[in-house]
Amino acid sequence: MHFNLIGLALLLLSQTVWSAAKIENWQTPQGSRVYYVRTAGLPMVDVRVVFDAGSARDEAQFGVAALTSALLDSGAGELSADDIAQRFESVGANYSAGVSEDMAWLAVRTLTEKALFDKALATFETVLSKPAFNQADFEREKARTLAGLKHREESPGELAGIAFNKALYGDHPYAHPETGVVETVAGFSADDLKNFYQKYYVAANAMVVIVGDVSREQAEQTANQLLSKLPVGSKPAEIPAVTMPSKASKQHIEFPSTQTHVLVGLPGTYRKDPDYFALYVGNHILGGGSMVSRLFEEVREKRGLAYGAYSVFAPMYRQGPFMMSLQTRNDQTEQALDVLLKTFNEFLEKGPSDKELTAAKQNITGGFAMRFDTNSKLTDYVAMIGFYQQPLDYLDTFQSNIEAVSIEQIKDAFKRRVKPELLQTVTVGAGK
Amino acid sequence: MNYRLAALALLCPAVAAHAEAGKVHEHVFSNGLKLLVKEDHRSPVVVSQVWYKVGSSYEPGGITGISHMLEHMMFKGTAKYPVGEFSRIIAENGGNENAFTGQDYTAYFQTLEKSRLEISFKLESDRMRNLDLKAEELKKELEVVTEERRMRTDDQPRAKVHEQFMATAFTNSPYQNPVIGWPSDIANYKVEDLQAWYQQWYAPNNATLVVVGDVDAQQVEKLAEQYFAPLQPSVLKPVKPQDESEQRGVRRITVKAPAKLPYLMMGYKVPVLKTAKPEWEAYALEVLAGVLDGGDSARLSSRLVRGKQIAVSAGAGYDFTSRLPDVFLLEATPAEGKTVFDLEYALLDEVYQLKNELIAKDELQRIKAQVLASAVYQKDSNFYQAMQLGTLETVGIGWQKADEYVDKVNQVTAEQVREVARKYLIEDTLTVAYLEPQPITQAAKPAKAIGGHHAF
Repeated sequence: MHFNLIGLALLLLSQTVWSAAKIENWQTPQGSRVYYVRTAGLPMVDVRVVFDAGSARDEAQFGVAALTSALLDSGAGELSADDIAQRFESVGANYSAGVSEDMAWLAVRTLTEKALFDKALATFETVLSKPAFNQADFEREKARTLAGLKHREESPGELAGIAFNKALYGDHPYAHPETGVVETVAGFSADDLKNFYQKYYVAANAMVVIVGDVSREQAEQTANQLLSKLPVGSKPAEIPAVTMPSKASKQHIEFPSTQTHVLVGLPGTYRKDPDYFALYVGNHILGGGSMVSRLFEEVREKRGLAYGAYSVFAPMYRQGPFMMSLQTRNDQTEQALDVLLKTFNEFLEKGPSDKELTAAKQNITGGFAMRFDTNSKLTDYVAMIGFYQQPLDYLDTFQSNIEAVSIEQIKDAFKRRVKPELLQTVTVGAGK
Repeated sequence: MNYRLAALALLCPAVAAHAEAGKVHEHVFSNGLKLLVKEDHRSPVVVSQVWYKVGSSYEPGGITGISHMLEHMMFKGTAKYPVGEFSRIIAENGGNENAFTGQDYTAYFQTLEKSRLEISFKLESDRMRNLDLKAEELKKELEVVTEERRMRTDDQPRAKVHEQFMATAFTNSPYQNPVIGWPSDIANYKVEDLQAWYQQWYAPNNATLVVVGDVDAQQVEKLAEQYFAPLQPSVLKPVKPQDESEQRGVRRITVKAPAKLPYLMMGYKVPVLKTAKPEWEAYALEVLAGVLDGGDSARLSSRLVRGKQIAVSAGAGYDFTSRLPDVFLLEATPAEGKTVFDLEYALLDEVYQLKNELIAKDELQRIKAQVLASAVYQKDSNFYQAMQLGTLETVGIGWQKADEYVDKVNQVTAEQVREVARKYLIEDTLTVAYLEPQPITQAAKPAKAIGGHHAF
């Protein structure tokens, strides 16, 4: 039972070192940025490698970024898909990979015990630097993706999301779904993936996040080991600016469902937006607070029109969507949409009250510590800070940035940025 | 390497120590409320959860889903804190809150900065005994729950399959009913039904208070004493056992729904930790689930998705901590050109092999390594740790079992896995459900531009 003493010592240590996360940052010899946070207390580490290689890099091949990402662990170096899975899982490591509009990432969570860590990391390095894109693996994963795209068509919510992004972004690379569409994915060859990988999975376009119980020295070694096998390459051009829709639109997609999914919005805010905090706090009051917000109150609490009624700004490299959403019984769609728009317009015209603003600030700052109270959440934050090159003290200044927001700033930011005459509306359900 | 891993727990004492559930402080107040506190000082936060021993498996016919409905109504206020106040107060204190209902429990939680735990206790202790149920609030919230059901089940083909599957697999066990309730029952709740349900189950002697975070256990106990100890206990009537009647013969159903892909769900009746005799059977079934679906190297992925390429996805599920005997689930989506019947045959072949061949040493070792690692990873989250304690306690297994988990899984042998496969994965207790897709005729109407300032 002397193990308990080990645990106790570590716990005491972690108590003394806690503060808003201390992020260390440096570059590998190949020029990749590394972000590292030491968290003690548990013998585990999260390692994530992020590339500017999300679906916004698909060009005409919608879905190529996602399928490239999905293929990485299906054969690499001398290892088959089975070998790779066995090597990770035999040491209890969890591998994952994925894409968003802006990013492609590979991640591994592993224990820090040396033999286990070394095996997990060596496998991760192989997957990262030597994916094979074998024909047989490619055919299988492509077929699985195509099945996934068909499955998506069973969901009115998913269909609404696709139509909504198309309405917001037109020809911009944010317009298409990350996993692509049947028409494009069906035409891919293994070479398309290989080309995408060679162009974007390069050191100059990579960053590494390491969060866990490893020393700075171990973190440096880890980053070097992972990235030294990648060619240096170059950074891709910036993602083009978003053009706002020129006028409002309303689109209905007929679907045999009991509910209609309603989405309303337009391109919203981006990561380095000077209006970001004003929009964030304002939206918290409008529809961002999970159980206390105007939309939740008006749509659900007062009228029982929906289970969920929310609004969200999803900041990206360029303006990500601002979206208000609800789902309601088909025959009350218009009523619910009216309530949603009325609530939105009133907020836009009058802004929040003093009381609402104070409550929102109290909620956001009072819950600050919960934003990064696990290694998982902290890894997400550090990846965001690193990828979008936010200041390293982003977390330290977060609360004062929230506190500084005024009612006037919120009203002003919403008026300039969320123009009602440009709102895009999509409904999916059984209309007639 | 594999040999090494077999003894992973012995060779990595630091890892093994961290995989232990950790010290739990237990106190039972004189009114019957049980308090469990686990200190975790990694972050200055705390999670507080109140677990009630009631859920859909406690519900008689006619009012299925009432536990879930009551969960919604618990946010509708008391005399002291009228409707909306609870959530407003938690929000202004920076808290996150919500609630969830399962077959065997209803639980309410808040996560807060550590100094604000008292707020949670103040509010939760009040609504444990003083809920003010109003007919007009029920009327609105009933609509919300109906929308929730539409969203979660009615418009989700696979959720529908699962609902029908459970209704077919179980004849007397209350696991035959969906947690959210059957539509006709939801439509006919009366405020008196809710009132009676609340009176019957919401009492300190039917609850467990779980606190995990950067707190001092003694202080938490004092605080709990102040707010919860004065509450009156209730006389609890034991819930009827509703033992499942014996199934003798396979059951097959087809569910039609608008869908694009066919889908298969299969399940065998199995014991769970609480009911398994001997107990190791439950751990062996847990390992068996790992053999089939414990990651990308497990059999369903490596053999059916990659090897035979008969499925685009396949999974196995075993809910080890259910209160009543449950089903061991298998589910899969056929690959293009394959049918649900091809898949059923392939899954049955996997079951046949589990009964006739011992699982390989490295499979068993891989699962044990994963279990050990997961036990460490799970401690990254206070919420998860509290969930684990609350679940075990509420279903009647006892939170202490959390400590034994890694050890007990480590003791499972390949022979035991074969033995439970032979004993429980038998055709006589099998239920099979097929999703038969119906056409979705969707026609996108062209985007209609609306110029200028239109009326809202």
